[in-house]
Formats: sequence, structure tokens, C-alpha cells
Amino acid sequence: MNVTGIGQRVLRKEDRRFITGKGKYTDDINLPRQTYAYFLRSPHAHARIRAIDKAAAEAAPGVLAVLTGADLAEDKIGGLICGWMIHSKDGSPMKAGPHPALAQDKVRYVGDHVAVVIAETLNQAKAAAELVEVDYEALPAVVETAKARSASAPQIHDIAPDNTVFEWSLGDAQAVEQAFARAHHVTRLDLVNNRLVPNPIETRAAIGDYDSGSDSFTLYTTSQNPHVARLVLSAFIGIAPEHRLRVIAPDVGGGFGSKIFIYSEETVCVWAAKRVGRPVKWVSDRSEAFLADAHGRDHVTHAELALDQNGRFLALRVKTTANLGAYLSTFSSCVPTYLYATLLSGQYDLPAIYAEVDAVYTNTAPVDAYRGAGRPEATYVIERLVETAARDLNIDPAEIRRRNFIKSFPHQTPVILTYDAGDYEASLNRALELIDYRNFPQRRAMSESRGRLRGIGFSTYIEACGLAPSAAVGSLGAGVGLWESAEVRVNPTGNVEVLTGSHAHGQGHETTFAQLVSERLGISIDQVSIVHGDTDKVQFGMGTYGSRSGAVGMSAIAKALDKIEAKARKVAAHVMEASEADIAFENGAFTVKGTDRKMAFGEVALAAYVAHKFPTSEIEPGLKESAFYDPSNFTFPAGCHICEVEIEPATGETTILNWVAVDDFGTIINPMIVEGQVHGGIAQGVGQALTEGCRYDAETGQLITGSYMDYCMPRAEDLPSFTLDYTVTPAPSNPLGVKGCGEAGAIAAPAAVINAVTDALGVRDIPMPATPEVVWRAAQSRAPRLAAE
Amino acid sequence: MPKVSMTVNGKQVSGEVEGRTLLVDFLRVNLGLTGTHVGCDTSQCGACVVHVDGKSIKSCTMLALQCDGTEVTTIEGLAKDGVLHPMQEAFREHHGLQCGFCTPGMIMAAIDIVNRHPNGLDEATIRHELEGNICRCTGYHNIVKAISSVANKRAAQAA
Repeated sequence: MNVTGIGQRVLRKEDRRFITGKGKYTDDINLPRQTYAYFLRSPHAHARIRAIDKAAAEAAPGVLAVLTGADLAEDKIGGLICGWMIHSKDGSPMKAGPHPALAQDKVRYVGDHVAVVIAETLNQAKAAAELVEVDYEALPAVVETAKARSASAPQIHDIAPDNTVFEWSLGDAQAVEQAFARAHHVTRLDLVNNRLVPNPIETRAAIGDYDSGSDSFTLYTTSQNPHVARLVLSAFIGIAPEHRLRVIAPDVGGGFGSKIFIYSEETVCVWAAKRVGRPVKWVSDRSEAFLADAHGRDHVTHAELALDQNGRFLALRVKTTANLGAYLSTFSSCVPTYLYATLLSGQYDLPAIYAEVDAVYTNTAPVDAYRGAGRPEATYVIERLVETAARDLNIDPAEIRRRNFIKSFPHQTPVILTYDAGDYEASLNRALELIDYRNFPQRRAMSESRGRLRGIGFSTYIEACGLAPSAAVGSLGAGVGLWESAEVRVNPTGNVEVLTGSHAHGQGHETTFAQLVSERLGISIDQVSIVHGDTDKVQFGMGTYGSRSGAVGMSAIAKALDKIEAKARKVAAHVMEASEADIAFENGAFTVKGTDRKMAFGEVALAAYVAHKFPTSEIEPGLKESAFYDPSNFTFPAGCHICEVEIEPATGETTILNWVAVDDFGTIINPMIVEGQVHGGIAQGVGQALTEGCRYDAETGQLITGSYMDYCMPRAEDLPSFTLDYTVTPAPSNPLGVKGCGEAGAIAAPAAVINAVTDALGVRDIPMPATPEVVWRAAQSRAPRLAAE
Repeated sequence: MPKVSMTVNGKQVSGEVEGRTLLVDFLRVNLGLTGTHVGCDTSQCGACVVHVDGKSIKSCTMLALQCDGTEVTTIEGLAKDGVLHPMQEAFREHHGLQCGFCTPGMIMAAIDIVNRHPNGLDEATIRHELEGNICRCTGYHNIVKAISSVANKRAAQAA
């Protein structure tokens, strides 16, 4: 195997620029004659805009323009869109309220975009924004998911009575009804999946530029999918046709989903660049990020699991209300539906499932995909239910899972998906071994002897990654196909540029993708460069989310490499005067079988370009191939995470003592990078479970958790070191066998933590985030385990 | 506007700044040293950590004028003659970064932590000392490993 090929712990190529301060993020880019945009944001959760007086601001020093929704309308710039159509149970389409990039009649959440001030300096823009006088008629607001449809709630969009976006369902209600009727036991839980703010450490930023000579626009932006941004800005919002709009997403400092979407700010910057005739730059500060980045999660769920007398699952019934915020963000509608309810079967052979999801508007920031998107919410429901059922029936939590695991593949779940490969018992067994489950009772006794409470929690999760067959997602309402593109350009001197429609924001694609090329062509990764993030270089792509870069993006590269190899064989056959059938390609060299004739890959590349030794009427000169790859199925990473915690009842402080994760990601390209992805995912899941929660004031709709002073991000001391291992069942649906690893930790962790905390406390449920105060209150009210026993 | 002079990465620099100009803005905007990043507006995240007279500080919390006459080192000034600082090497070796955005501040903070603990560092201390720096990608696991390797290699050499 090549030392830089598949399966090797290759150090990252991209690191050198990041560790020396040479990364190029959007805010690091400055264009000549650049101006600065500052957004005036709504101070009200809900208000009618009676009038905007911008005269004083326009006259302020350094100001080039003060633009409002009326100016957008004048230029016929369309509103932001939601790209996934969901229909209600009654067949009616979802109620998508208008979403102008700058408000046109009403503001619907604190932070909503009212106007933009463009000035020579940022400080001038900020100062002028103070002078814009907006006459608001404040309206009552509703921010709570569970109260969005109450009789007293104000109407947020005219198109959506009762603030209902859709009432959707999936599964067989009747079969579930019948199973519940014959159940031996039903475990019921009311669960809240807390609202989160994604918080990549690089905030969003955009620079719009307009070239009047060619009548074309360039947008530099912090995006996980620049091509889709161009498509939406062009085809729906109407900035410019695609061939006159270039979107560049340079180094992106984390995204976690929040940078997939098309937002007001980049739309306004690129549009306003033509209005003011100069580049317009906007960089979000952290407070703006809290206000206006798409948030994640925010479900309220009632869930019931029916079991027989042997602890076998008979049916699952779930009723969820999902808060989508004040407007439908780019992919928001698919998150609580097809990315959520289709995963409710978990790793279990569940004969019947029925899920109802009501999506609601509230006067809060839009909610969209955040790391895992729907799968963490589904895993939380099923894994909390399973653990609670085990406690209800006094069955060991590992045993109840073992009894109900899917054991043969392919497996058709009652909620659309067909799991193609997996071995859930293997990962559970390995995790039990690594955490020394057998000796947990002794460890618990030891903690109790010190007045502490120890608990252990399981999460055997599954996710659907590698989004996904275009026909499948199209039939479910997606507005786009979800294939990926690749172009492999071999230069005459034998080095290789790979253009991919995928995009990286920390996942190390420049290394893993190069490892694939290294493996296939037998060259070093130093001879490979990966090009992404520029719509003028890469023709089209679908970007990075849902762990699709490995399964779909790399498969496209593999397909293009197949074509490269096929053409190089033809060239090699001519040059070495042999029949193509006699050409072998191994370890980076073409040989003629049974002879000592041999050409290195680079020599064949050169021969392809000099084109002296083959008939160019039959074989075109050059060595460049492209491919579009559409997967045949989702991939199904799965695994078992076990978390062991200790609680100090006097303070409510929860310490994670041990964390074991045994994941099945199929074929692993770079174990080092995969481990890093799992670590980061767990940290975000632990954040959700123990510290992070986005809060709005119920009366005023003001964001209470608006900075790092109030929103508790996990820090180094909040986390343990993790123990990781893998089982491997290669994915059958792509040529590489890869499944994806980016979301696993964030999906598995919340249930594992809360299962451990409730185990330690001996309580049935505890809300997330289980902060010290929440845990302390639960510890005070619980019956002390030692006394009870 | 008042004038400020300082030594940045070994070079004497000066510029005119407003009284309210933060050190981080002087570095990024006036000097074009964009390796130092801004990640929050409440001095919580640590993406902007640099060294002033050898000590790590958050450059979003210091005015440029306060640094008059000081020696400032940023991430760009760590590697000498193309040779990476051991902490830069360690972050790469242990995969202590993903998106790379918090990394410059994290590395500058890490160097100061190690400098203040010449006898080596245990995991708990490293985690405690990192409380001023937020990383959203790595789960800290590999950052802790990277810092530990430098601290304990240095302590072993000193012993």
C-alpha cells in the first residue's frame, strides 16, 4: 500500500497554512476601494414597520448608501427560499411565508434585517445606523415551541393560520394502534430537544463585488456550498444569471451546517455592490451570529414505545412539534421530517412506527440543519425511550438493545430507509469491553462511598449519510439533485489537480481526497492538489454536509480516476507498442505483461500531452476527465457510545469520567482525521446535553443567550479524553465502501449523556442542558439511592 | 490621530490609530497580519491571542496604544527561518486543528502555558489553563495531546 494511500494516518496537507497564520478566510480578504456594511436589526421580536426615515443616516460622514426592503423591491430582488417542499397530511403544500432579505412590512424576530448602512469604514456605518429612525408598531410575540399554536399566539405570517407550516406524518398509524393495543408495557416520555446555536468560531462574512465592465458579480462568502449559493442567488433571488455570478468560499472556519444556507447578509452585500459601485464587506460579530445564524434542533416531543413481555419492541409512536423560527431557512423543512422521522427506527427491528410532525413559526431566528440535522433529534427520542424501557422492565440496557437489534441486512424499516449493512452487536460488545461494563457496579459503589453519584448511559445510534440518490430525495420533495461532481486534471509533468464540487470547512479534504488519488495513481499526495470552493473553477457541486464528501464527493473522484486510468492505458499501449489488454497498472507504473517494458504514470501523462506516439484521430491528446456520481443509497454509519458520569449532589456538577465510542464508518480513509471528527462531534453533543441552550424571553422575545457570556460553550475542562474504536462493515452503495463520520458524535452523545445523568440520579428524565442548577435541583428532590436501597 | 510604535515579530512598526483601535485591528488591518483572528466580541474565545512582551494576551482586549514600545509576537512570527515552532509541529503531528480558525490563538496560548510550567504538565492542568480558548472542532482531545507532548518533552530535556 502506498504510504500516503487509503487507510494511512497521513498528516494534513492543509495544516501548514493554518498553523503559520497563512489561512485565507473571508475576513482576511480585502478588495481595493472596499466599503463596509452594517445591518440595522430589529430590536422587536414582532413589529410592523410603519416608516423608515433614513435621511439623517444618509447624510452622516462616510455613508454611501442606506438601503431597505423598498430598494430591494425596486431592483426586483426576490426573497430567500426554502428548497425542500413538504406536504401536510391533507396533501396541502407547506405554508412558506415571504422572506425578503431586508424586511418589507414586518419584522418577525429580534435580529431580523431592517436596513443596511454602507460606509467608508465600519465605524462610520455603525454610527450612521444609530441615526436611522424606524417607526415600529410593536406586536405581541410568541417564541415557545409548545405555545406557537395556542389561541393567544399572534399570527406571524398571513399565509400560515395558527402559525402552522405543515402537519406531516410518516408511517402506519393503524399498525401502530394495533400493536399498542396488544402491548405488555408502554414506555412514555415527553422530551424537549433544546435549541442550539451552531457557533463556528469563524463568524459568517461576505464581500460583494461588481465589475461594470463585464456586468458580473463576485461574492466571497463563508459557505459550505458555494455552487448552491450561486444557484439560489441567481435563479431565485435574481442577482444575476449564473454565468455572470462567481461565488468563492475560501478557507471556512467551521460550519456545522450553519454555513450551508443562503442568508440575507451575503445577498445584500452582492446586490449592494452594484448599487454603490464598490466592493461591500460585511463580517458578522458574535452577537449578530447569535441573533441571525440559523439555529438548530428545538423539538418538543411526546413518544411512546410498546413492548411485549420479553422486552421486544412492538411499535413506536412519536408526536413532535418542530420550531422553524420566523422564516423557512434554505433546508429547514426537511430537517424535522425526512432527516428525522426516517431515522426513528434506530438500530432496531421495529415492526411499526408512526410519527407526526407539526412545524410551527415563532418569533425566533430561523432554525435549520445543525450538525446531524434531524438524526440527533431522532436518536435522542429512541435512545432515551429504549433506556427508560429497560429501567421500566428491569432489563439491562445493553441486553434490551441486543434483543431488539436488526441482525440481517438489507433491512427495510417502516419509515422509508433500507439499511444495507451493519453489525450492531459487534460495536455494542466492543464498547462494553472497552468501558469495563462488568465492573461498573464496583465503580458506582466507590463513588457512593465518597458521596457522589455515578451513572452510565448508552447510545446505540444510526444515521443516514451521504445524501443521496437524486431520484429518492426528489420524490421526497428536494429541490435539487444530490450527486457530486469531480474533474481530474493530470498535468503534463504528472502532477494532478482535482476539482471537486464538495467543500471543506475543517474536515481535511485536501488530504483525504489526495490520499485517494495517491492510492489510485501510485503517486505521493504532494503531487496532488485539491481545488474547491470557487464556482469559476469547478463547474458545479453540491457542497458539504451530512457526511456526503466521502461517500459522494470522493466516489465522483474515483469515477473520474477510472476514466483517467482507462485513457492512460490506451496511451501507454501505443507508446509501448503493445495491445491494451496486455497493459497492467500497478504501483504507479504501466507495464506490458510478460515483458520488461514499463512507464511511470508521469511518463504516460507527458506522452498524452506531447501526443507524438498515438493517433490523435482516435485518442484525444491530454489527460483530463470528469465525472458526476449519484449514489445508489444513503450510507448508514452506526455505533455505540457509552458515557460514564459522576455527579456531585451538593453542587450539581456533572463530570464525564469515561467515554467509549465504537463506530462503524465503513472503510476509513484516514484514521487520524476520522478520530478528530468523532472527538469534535462528541464535544458538540456533550455541549447540547450539559451546557448549551439558546433561550428567548417568553414575554418579550428578546434573546437572552446572546454571547459567550450567557451561552455556555464547552471548554477543554468540560470534556474528557475519549476512547475510540471501530468495527468495519463497508458501505455497499459506493465504490469506496465509506460511510461518513462527521455527525456521529453529535448524534450519539446527547442520549448517552442524559441516559448516564438520569441513571446516576435515579430519575426518569431531566431536561437538556442538564446544567449544574438543573442537576442540583433533581439531586435534591430525588429519593437518595443509598437510603432507598 | 495618535501614533503608535512597537516591535512586531522582530520588526519595528508604527502607525496612526484612533484611541479606540484594538491591538487585533492594528495587527490585522494596519499591518495585514491576518493570522490573528477575531471570534467573538466578549473576550471569551481566544482566537486573537498573541504575545505581548512574552506573555499571552487577548489582542481584542488591549488597545493598540497600550502596546506602544512593546514586543509583540503573532502566529506569523513563530516559525524562524522556515523552521516551525515545536508547538506548531505538535499541533500538526497530533491533529490538534480542523478548520484552523481558533488555531493561531490556541497555539499562542499553548506556548505561554508551557512556558509557565517548565516542569511539565498533566492533562487536568492543561485543560484548566485552556479555559480562555474555545475550539468548536477538535473536542480539545488532540489539542491537549499536542500541548502535553511539547510540555513533557521540554521538561524531560530540562531534567
